[in-house]
Amino acid sequence: MSTAAASLPPAATAARVVPKVHWQERLAQGLLLLCCVLLAVFLLGPLAAILVKSVQDKDGAFVGLLQFREYFATPALQRSIWNTLWVATTVTAITVPLAFFYAYALTRSRMPGKIVFRMIALTPILAPSLMSAISFIQWFGTQGLLKGLLGGASVYGPIGIIMSSIYATFPHALMIVLTALLLSDGRLYEAAESLRTPTWRKFFTITLPGAKYGLVSAAMVVFSYTVSDFGIPKVIGGNFNILAVDIFKQVIGQQNFNKGAVVSLVLLVPVLVAFLVDWRMQGRLHAQFTARAVPYVPKRKRWFDTTMFAYCTIVALLLLLVLGMAVYTSFIKLWPYDKSFSLRHYQYGLIDAGVISSFFNSLKMAFFTAVFGTMFIFASAYLLEKTRAMPLTKGAVRLLASIPMAVPGMVLGLGYILFFNHPDNPLHFLYHTMAILVLATVVHYYTSSHLTAVTALKALDNEFEAVSASLKVPFYKTFFRVTVPVCLPAILDIGRYLFVNAMVTISAVVFLYSPSTQLAAVAILNMDEAGEIGAAAAMATLIVASSTVVCIVYALVTRFLLTRTQQWRVSGLA
Amino acid sequence: MTPNSPAVPADDAFLRLAGITKRFGQFEALKSVGLTIDRGEMVVFLGPSGCGKTTLLRIIAGLETQDTGTIVQAGKDISRLPAIKRDYGIVFQSYALFPNLTIFDNVAYGLVNRRQPRKTIAGRVQELLKLVGLPDAGAKYPGMLSGGQQQRIALARALATAPGLLLLDEPLSALDAIERVRLRGEIRALQQRLGVTTIMVTHDQEEALSMADRIVVMNAGRIEQVGTPREVYGAPATPFVADFIGKINVLPAVSEGGGRFRVGGVSLAAATELPAGTSARLYLRPEEIGVHADGTAPAHALPARIAKIEFLGAFCLVGVVLDNGDDASLVCNVPRQLADGAGLAPGRVVGVTLPAPAIRVLG
Repeated sequence: MSTAAASLPPAATAARVVPKVHWQERLAQGLLLLCCVLLAVFLLGPLAAILVKSVQDKDGAFVGLLQFREYFATPALQRSIWNTLWVATTVTAITVPLAFFYAYALTRSRMPGKIVFRMIALTPILAPSLMSAISFIQWFGTQGLLKGLLGGASVYGPIGIIMSSIYATFPHALMIVLTALLLSDGRLYEAAESLRTPTWRKFFTITLPGAKYGLVSAAMVVFSYTVSDFGIPKVIGGNFNILAVDIFKQVIGQQNFNKGAVVSLVLLVPVLVAFLVDWRMQGRLHAQFTARAVPYVPKRKRWFDTTMFAYCTIVALLLLLVLGMAVYTSFIKLWPYDKSFSLRHYQYGLIDAGVISSFFNSLKMAFFTAVFGTMFIFASAYLLEKTRAMPLTKGAVRLLASIPMAVPGMVLGLGYILFFNHPDNPLHFLYHTMAILVLATVVHYYTSSHLTAVTALKALDNEFEAVSASLKVPFYKTFFRVTVPVCLPAILDIGRYLFVNAMVTISAVVFLYSPSTQLAAVAILNMDEAGEIGAAAAMATLIVASSTVVCIVYALVTRFLLTRTQQWRVSGLA
Repeated sequence: MTPNSPAVPADDAFLRLAGITKRFGQFEALKSVGLTIDRGEMVVFLGPSGCGKTTLLRIIAGLETQDTGTIVQAGKDISRLPAIKRDYGIVFQSYALFPNLTIFDNVAYGLVNRRQPRKTIAGRVQELLKLVGLPDAGAKYPGMLSGGQQQRIALARALATAPGLLLLDEPLSALDAIERVRLRGEIRALQQRLGVTTIMVTHDQEEALSMADRIVVMNAGRIEQVGTPREVYGAPATPFVADFIGKINVLPAVSEGGGRFRVGGVSLAAATELPAGTSARLYLRPEEIGVHADGTAPAHALPARIAKIEFLGAFCLVGVVLDNGDDASLVCNVPRQLADGAGLAPGRVVGVTLPAPAIRVLG
């Protein structure tokens, strides 16, 4: 009797089974839907507001593409497009090779001091982009020590923008190329060596092709960073027009939101293209290394190691000179006339002038961004990866999570004022609050954080949720007892990333602050405008210092976690 | 059996599946599968990858939902219940132990949720750890244990809440060969001792033969045969089962009537009768064939020539070609001592005996 491989007549069983959904699953699905709605409101809403504004006139009447026609008929604005593109291309062409050889030295040589070189190379991330512009003004400006090196050319303009942008983008390019080089398979080099391949041939046949996608990806990131950045051209650009500054001028200078929206859309195009190219490359970069690769262990080569050491020393020194000049400027009386040590920029420039409050605003904003942003980003990534069903919502969340990387901060910021300042918007109460700054910053830096969270979650065993269900344990208990502790390093990493970026961000928030929520980076901009270079440098120094502290705390906490509460990791497996 | 009434069946059936179908887009993973599993039985789903065995297991667990069909467990219709409302413990190929929790906490994971006193839980965990042979592992983390040890802990965790049904999804596939053989014996002994109804999924026929009370052989979303290991091996119901489980010789033949079949110029007796002129395939296990050195062969032995010998330690696989058999070749399993004693070597002429009861005739 019990050997029935029998199939029943179709009529008896044809009714499609509709599973009963447990309330816990409903809860998860509801939360995922909520994440989707929130992302849509705080990302798509503002972007839609820009689109609407760009086809309206000042009074809100629909004028079709009139604004665009006017824009393209203005030669000065057209020139900005060209300026933006060639400057960004130049920066990309210089930064990427510079970063590639630095990464090459870090991965393929046995030079000493690799950890120090790596740390120095990442320092530009800790400072707002305007800091480098201030430093270059100090070095090469009218009173600059090295002014002669420019041969009469002014640092105010493309030269200054390019130099400052190279400094600011270097660590971003380095990290991407470094990853690509670290992922390459050591066995390829062993095979090549057994075939007696000369070093230069190994470089062109193994190293370069292996890093190809990483290089393109780095180029796209540098390009869009430069195109989107507003702080550098604002400080050192002089009369040289750039799209990001045009938006600022239209919106703040002329209060012409419609034109601002048009320029935003123009700015969106190159960044979007770069983003799409990068997206494709990222996919291939990872597809390339799915097999278990054996890490490459370089051999000692005296001549090569020395050359690489010299190269890295020069680059690292140059980077330190930029950071050092800003710090130095903040501690002396008046560059270059009175170089005696003084805290007056901190005392009079920041504290007595009351500007110091913007530093505390920044700390507060960065703290909220790190805490709430990390919570939201990790939870939504978890729901996305581990919830059953809802393919449409999941697709929407994936798409929404990847869009912010393609949206320049200026565009997002403008969208936020247009959207939230609209009197009919029920969320109008957010306007001019700390909350809106936090929201804009979380959205602005969403994509990278989201990818970090997804990567960490994908590394977990897929069956944790199934096991919990079989043991009758609700999913949220397993989330807090297992998922969060196991992913803690990634969660802390997201928190640090958000904090550091929130401390330096300017483009997304320059339209959104109110007098009581002014941020440090914006204060630098305003002080520079007022000619208070010393105080501006002092503020930049404070930002670097606080971000450094956070990074050190992060490193210590991570180490503590790895050695104490996460013994299971030390044991090697999992 | 009426699939829509969840009435307690009269027999000892613990789990009844009826008309289970499942599609993934265009792919038909399960095509109307029906099966009954008795209380305390160990049933193994066996089949090649993509045959639907894991999908069927996940449907029983409520981790996937069947498109149509019913599942009745212990007299209760669970077809629509979510996983968390069903009664089973599960062990996966990847162990899925929580890496940040100690072995103790892993095993206690399902118990803590039931609000039992701490002492009861500790006692139960210790009991289970002893049961799986790792009484001292409680304070360790999963990463400190070998694969086989981790799988034992996963088993203990699944059994902790004393589920009515134990599901094992390829539990041994991630282990090395020696550990696999050891653990399969342990799991089977444990299952028999606890008397827990168990379903295991595997693609390894040896595992299935050694562990199962009954084997469910699956192919392309259908059940090909359900039977004890001996039935499935000795009397395969379909050509697929014959091919998939163990080594087997296949001879194309034409029935001569009266239970005799013609293979080339040779006439063979089989236990099955087919009308004369019907074409059929004869299936015969290598170890059923007798190989006799020239001169020692019984009168009814067929003359053949050895084509090659593959030495495998305890026995040899001897490939022979039948004389007058249209080049029909057979592989025979000969114990090493016999092969050595008879001086078998390639090119030698031998007599082979094909016992009629061992020849299985399939269409």
